[in-house]
Amino acid sequence: MYRYDDYDQAMVDTRVAEFRDQARRRLEGRLSEDQFKPLRLMNGLYLQLHAYMLRVAIPYGTLDARQMRALADIADNYDRGYGHFTTRQNIQYNWIKLEEAANLLADLAKVEMHAIQTSGNCIRNISSDHFAGAAADEVADPRPYAELLRQWSSFHPEFSALPRKFKIAVIASERDRAAMRLHDIGIRIVRRGDALGAQFWVGGGMGRTPMVAPCIREFVPIDQLVTYSEACLRVYNRHGRRDNKFKARIKILVHELGAAEYTRQVEEEFAHLLTLGIEPPAAELARIAAMFDEPLEPAESAAPDRSDPDFALWMDRNTHPHKLPGYISAVISLKPVGGIPGDATADQMRLMADLAERYGNGELRVTHTQNIVLPHVRQAELHGLWSALEPAGLGAANIDTVEDIIACPGLDYCSLANARSIPVAQRIAERFAANGRTAVLGELKLKISGCINACGHHHAGHIGILGVDRKGTENYQLLLGGSEAEDVSLGKITGPGFDETGIVDAVETATKVYLKERDEGERFLDTYRRIGMEPFKAALYG
Amino acid sequence: MAELLRFRADEPADHPGITVDAFLDQPDADAVRIEPGDDARALIPHLARLRLVEVNFPIFGDGRGYSSARILREAGYGGELRAVGDVLVDQIAALRRCGFDGFDPDQPLDPADTEIAFARWSAVYQPAADGRAPIWAARHGETA
Repeated sequence: MYRYDDYDQAMVDTRVAEFRDQARRRLEGRLSEDQFKPLRLMNGLYLQLHAYMLRVAIPYGTLDARQMRALADIADNYDRGYGHFTTRQNIQYNWIKLEEAANLLADLAKVEMHAIQTSGNCIRNISSDHFAGAAADEVADPRPYAELLRQWSSFHPEFSALPRKFKIAVIASERDRAAMRLHDIGIRIVRRGDALGAQFWVGGGMGRTPMVAPCIREFVPIDQLVTYSEACLRVYNRHGRRDNKFKARIKILVHELGAAEYTRQVEEEFAHLLTLGIEPPAAELARIAAMFDEPLEPAESAAPDRSDPDFALWMDRNTHPHKLPGYISAVISLKPVGGIPGDATADQMRLMADLAERYGNGELRVTHTQNIVLPHVRQAELHGLWSALEPAGLGAANIDTVEDIIACPGLDYCSLANARSIPVAQRIAERFAANGRTAVLGELKLKISGCINACGHHHAGHIGILGVDRKGTENYQLLLGGSEAEDVSLGKITGPGFDETGIVDAVETATKVYLKERDEGERFLDTYRRIGMEPFKAALYG
Repeated sequence: MAELLRFRADEPADHPGITVDAFLDQPDADAVRIEPGDDARALIPHLARLRLVEVNFPIFGDGRGYSSARILREAGYGGELRAVGDVLVDQIAALRRCGFDGFDPDQPLDPADTEIAFARWSAVYQPAADGRAPIWAARHGETA
């Protein structure tokens, strides 16, 4: 994986010093909260309901055991002994003191980590496929391209005050495990003959106006990736709406101009920027790529013993094929029934770091579904890994099931939320764990947001739940038919909302319709797409 | 002009910029003020007679002026590019990178903070309009 050189280290160290200075000026009263806000946001520091929340960047979701241990220490030293892994493959801490934030950033810098541009109206941490470098179906490891873009976008002077936040995802396979088309820019690395290039999808997003990104360029030569990105951003910075915060994302610009006109403007800017020589040389990409290309030790190709049914179930649910024989990718669920989706204690983080070293190459990934991946596990030792997870509360065999819920922090933490998300996720997981239908239902992606900003990706859930405030009471709308994968679609609202108990019942009712109507091999989403909304509405409201 | 901070040897233009529309109608004017919604490229045919381009930041969070500045520098503009309006010390290093060489903020900048801000970044990740070689050039022995 990527290692900082002296330049990278100096950049994060400088940022810590800069933030220390800004925090000091704020604490001395020399900066007003209005002036301090955009500065702290550029360093991932939000003011939440109860305290400051700090979001740490985990570039393209990749970290090593040493970094995971540092995150655990931060949870112990600055928070209440836990952290929350997010849908942007980051981690956030909910109980941070402003006086201590600079020290926290300094601790991060010691392990080549930072909180740069994890919030604010700038280019955010770049996300990627959590099986990058391990998946059999990728044309290349997408992370070197993400790292190239990370450096380009870090402290980019022209794009330091964009109309709104800007999220980029980079993948390199037909399968989409990163919700690529629901990003401001989604990039898919593709192969054309012998040449690699980048397919650009621009103007997707969730939030209050969800949109699926159109493809604006099928193939940008790989040695023009940064230049094309710069063209996309410049057109947005100049022409994105600034009159209304809720219409300021690039999806609105692309929608209002039309994809063809936006593309025309980008191409014109691109032609101009190509004359300026802003693209890093091929040697730089090669330097980065070499660091992601550490060979794995040859491993014996030995199918694990499946005689223990609990292990066999976990293996079926929580692993993914690896491109090398003898290896497998394992997903550690942060969704124990009744737990808080994405939360991990400091001790759990340390254990996951230890296991990454013992059973893999020390690498870990954060998934946008708020779980942890050990990408390179020796197949023959998979049972040993599983045995160590269960006692630590990390053994849930529920990846991509109805229990593997994405939920935003909701009204329990977030100052924007209208409704609680976490308790609803807990009640739903408990309901299906108790009635034993989790396994029968198979793949069923359920996502919950506590307000229309959609941090819980409710638009993209096979089943989505949106918490709203209805005359002072929490009310939950039900959506069906969304997907964030390569078969991307936006969910549709079933009808009137439900109260907290009612929404749990409603989800169960929807699954009963599916179980009754499904054809052989169909997922919930497939059945919904075949039979449409009416049978579900009839069961819910009839 | 007591607060004007400049990184140029020439004398400042002696009158403030006029609007882009007015400037385009005045063949002898040599100073213009760009608002965030103005198209900086409209000035490109007239760069030779321009000595001062003021770029107004009515609120610090409106970053269109950063692009306006770079576009003018990329087109070869060599006169003064002055950031005016709600310009804060935490922006000036990025503004300088985009080609600004004059600063005349509404609120005076603290001289000590200003010095720290300009000196802070010893390296940069990407080329911009200030001619600084990016880190990738240093890594591979190239110049920007």
